Amino acid sequence: MSVAPPQPATDVDQAPAPARSRFDLRDRPELALVPVSFILIVLAWEYGVRLLDVPSFVLPPPSAIWESLVNQLQTPRFWNNLWVTTQEIIAGYLLGVTTAFLLGIAVVQSRIVEKTVFPYVVAFQTVPKIALAPLFVIWFGFGLTSKILIAALVSFFPMLINVIEGLRSADQDQIELMRSLDASKRQIFFRVQLPNSMPFVFAGLDIGIVFAIIGAVVAEWVGARAGLGYQLLQYIYDFNIAGLFAVLVVLAVMGLVAHSFIRLLQRRFAGWTETERTVGA
Amino acid sequence: MSVTTQPPSGTQHRDADVDRWIEIHDLDKVYRPRKSAPVIALQGIGFTVRQGEFVSLVGPSGCGKTTMLKILAGLIPKTSGTARLAGEEIEGSRRDIGMVFQAATLLPWRTILENVMLPIDVQRLDKKRYRARAMELLEMVGLEGFEDRHPRELSGGMQQRAGICRALVHDPDVLLMDEPFGALDAMTREYMNLELLRIWRESGKTIVLVTHSIPEAVFLSDRVVVMSPRPGRMVELVDIDLERPRQLELMQSDAAGAYVRRIRKHFNAAGVVH
Repeated sequence: MSVAPPQPATDVDQAPAPARSRFDLRDRPELALVPVSFILIVLAWEYGVRLLDVPSFVLPPPSAIWESLVNQLQTPRFWNNLWVTTQEIIAGYLLGVTTAFLLGIAVVQSRIVEKTVFPYVVAFQTVPKIALAPLFVIWFGFGLTSKILIAALVSFFPMLINVIEGLRSADQDQIELMRSLDASKRQIFFRVQLPNSMPFVFAGLDIGIVFAIIGAVVAEWVGARAGLGYQLLQYIYDFNIAGLFAVLVVLAVMGLVAHSFIRLLQRRFAGWTETERTVGA
Repeated sequence: MSVTTQPPSGTQHRDADVDRWIEIHDLDKVYRPRKSAPVIALQGIGFTVRQGEFVSLVGPSGCGKTTMLKILAGLIPKTSGTARLAGEEIEGSRRDIGMVFQAATLLPWRTILENVMLPIDVQRLDKKRYRARAMELLEMVGLEGFEDRHPRELSGGMQQRAGICRALVHDPDVLLMDEPFGALDAMTREYMNLELLRIWRESGKTIVLVTHSIPEAVFLSDRVVVMSPRPGRMVELVDIDLERPRQLELMQSDAAGAYVRRIRKHFNAAGVVH
């Protein structure tokens, strides 16, 4: 892999310029553009809905969504739903990505595992995992288990593929270097292959968490007694569209928080991975 | 300055003949791909290297010079013939060689010092003891103050110098270099050639260097093994009888020019434009 592109060496003794400050707005225009565009969109939405007299059961104005959100945040039912869905997401996600990580290592390290497991993986990948949700509810009931398993299943595949691709992406020169030092297979794995896979592993973790959220919510639609997905369905039945939007806002915030947390982990534990690479979700 | 911190004394090769420190005799390498005809990469190669000698393998692409170097490193097996290093037949990876690659091949997640210490780490040697040596080597190549930087913060020439420190840190008997300056621009390359001669003089290592640059081989070496492609054979073994220490002006001299022309003649005859 090439994280750092080869630099032209015009002068051997000249050290590259130090990196500029991280918070220069000229370097990161998104720091201004994101809030500004957000405000513009909300304003256009609010006044567009009012001017065109759109019924609130079709598209409620942001003010109504905000009001519903504030009201919901004051009910214990909301916090219970949030807690249930969070548990499903976290448990399912950890189960999915951990299994995928270990299986990915086994596939790369062992030809027999690769030849045995890979056909199933490829075949399974073409199945829309979400479509298994009703089946899982029949098998594992209306409780947490069926939701956790669906979240695990949908976050499993992007992680598995990224782990395999990441471990295989190890630079051949680096492996040859290790061999020239008389390194063991184990040393080559831990000192070259595993660190090399980190950009891919984090891409898999990042896609995985988003998939886990989708998985948990959709599984709740199929059959549940609590959770944000269950709450969404209730609002649809009640034609409470502002309430529905408020739950969507909560889910979006959950996704953003999870994504930021993973990026934080990446910066903390794999700071050399400047460029991100992703392999098909 | 010279590197004073000596590593704990390693294996002594008492039986080894210092005049035949590396001994290659009638060596063949044949690749046998499963679905096509065998490819003869090396045929009848034979040369010796004295301890402390600087020998270059030179030739156009496809002459098998890198294959020869990898056989010396124990990275690939020979097909037949003899390949001995320090009196022992070369069988698989070994710890008494240091290798420098065309790309610096530093691990981007390690600092420069951690990269230089990689052989110590892998071979489970005494880290405290070798750390001082690693710092001295970095100082020798002018990288003091950069030990805690990451490779991407260094220029190509600086990275390659760190790669040379890494190859020397565990005090190997032999330094094997595979076109180490091929990726550098011409000026950096000349500078690195002078640096290499200084490192060689100060460390007293045996060096085998692979290059496709005839002037570079003449400038650096005691002897040049000239190779021709398809199959890889030796066409001449040239003793470079030029005064040391050598400066860049040497390359303008008639004597050096004569050596370059003599080696180049082999490739002109073979129709290889170079």
